[in-house]
Amino acid sequence: MVWTPDQPLVSLRAVFKSFGAARVLKGVSMEVMKGQVICIIGPSGSGKSTLLRCVNALVPIESGSILVEGQEVNDPKLDKLALRRKVGMVFQQYNLFPHKTALENVMMAPIHVLKRDQREVERQALALIAKVRLQGKEGAHPGELSGGQQQRIAIARSLAMNPDIMLFDEVTAALDPETVKDVLVTIRELAADGMTCMIVTHEMGFAREVANEVYFTDGGLLVEHAPPKEFFASPKDPRTRQFLDQIL
Amino acid sequence: MSLQPLWDWFRVLHDTSGIKLTIFYDAFDRARFLNGFLTSVRLMATCLVASVVIGVVGAWIQGSRSRVLRLVTQGYIQFFRNTPPLVQLYFFYFALGSYLKISGGNGIAVPVVTNFTWAAICLSFYAGAFNVEIFRAGIEAVPRETLEAAESLGYSRLKAYVYVILPLAFRISLPALNNNLVNLVKTTTIAYAIAVPEMLYVANQIWSDESNVPEMMNVLMIVYVALVGLLVWVMGRWERALRIPGYTTA
Repeated sequence: MVWTPDQPLVSLRAVFKSFGAARVLKGVSMEVMKGQVICIIGPSGSGKSTLLRCVNALVPIESGSILVEGQEVNDPKLDKLALRRKVGMVFQQYNLFPHKTALENVMMAPIHVLKRDQREVERQALALIAKVRLQGKEGAHPGELSGGQQQRIAIARSLAMNPDIMLFDEVTAALDPETVKDVLVTIRELAADGMTCMIVTHEMGFAREVANEVYFTDGGLLVEHAPPKEFFASPKDPRTRQFLDQIL
Repeated sequence: MSLQPLWDWFRVLHDTSGIKLTIFYDAFDRARFLNGFLTSVRLMATCLVASVVIGVVGAWIQGSRSRVLRLVTQGYIQFFRNTPPLVQLYFFYFALGSYLKISGGNGIAVPVVTNFTWAAICLSFYAGAFNVEIFRAGIEAVPRETLEAAESLGYSRLKAYVYVILPLAFRISLPALNNNLVNLVKTTTIAYAIAVPEMLYVANQIWSDESNVPEMMNVLMIVYVALVGLLVWVMGRWERALRIPGYTTA
């Protein structure tokens, strides 16, 4: 079956995943259309991060199906590297390559993985670093940048691969409050540009503003989902209400 | 420029004080000591490079998915780490070497592998076994998340190792690697036991001929201090050159 852009870019069907005895995902199903921005919220340990990591095959699933552009991720014959070229991921701890400068971090994967022309990649990388508002920091090593700056370089690094979808795994959770905003601005601009995004976050205000659809997870299940206005104004499930009461 | 005045000075030193450094004023001794020195340096350089290559490749194999490859590497490490290097050298030269002979033109068997090559092979694998463990420790100190970041950018296991894991692991490993390489440089003297004409071997020849044991012992000590000092200095410079601005391994 050939995937066409009117079909879901990512679709999960009854995904199960355990780590040892701990059942982390208990039958999760969801669909993300091209250009959609979805936020996943929920208490710690509810399986949010695992869900994201399954989408780019960092974590293998036990049963169910994950389709990314029509390609089955839960297929032993899957070309994981090809999948990951289409799926960008940004982590809570930035995970930049500490021995390379900011510019080199952004340039590395397109050159090593996609074997693109170095000069062309450099032009794109400089543009991306400007886009995340870090001109002048191209030559800095990650250890010389603040957390928020590192995270924006990490976003630029993922974008340099020209992915079709970006996964954000609690990308502001490790940041100082004053640098959170810069990172959120960057993600908001990406979303406005039409990038498909799956965002795991604890920033409710951000989720309300940027998401087309908000998902709430608890205990390995997707409890409910709705457009943000509806979701925050009138959550249906008591667990969602309880969670939102605690943090808002 | 001629060094003759210097050589003459050592002859005068001998005539006036009895300090008998024939390796300076006697052309024959000078030539064989220089050859011994160069043989030592060649053996050291070969083993340094080869043992680091063995360490890098071995550490990669230890992280491989193939159980067989991991077991073979583990067996190699145990064999070379748990036996004395001199015994290994004898084993290679006398046990394995005795099977690897071909008939020379005059009916006398000649070895396929020279004693220098056996010493280089043996010492490289000996130090390499330690290097595998040193690099493995370095690899394990690289945060798992850094590898995940590379994987999520589409890096294969080998590319992630070459471009991300190894450069970081190498920096972490350098102090331990220094120790092992210093040890390797000193251990090259056991090649003496299979008559590789390295520095200790020719020094022995010279003091047998010239009866100048104390002088040659001093020469050996000074030359080894200088060679190891040079290695430590180079490695120190290298460690500083590789230092990453703002990076802590915490």
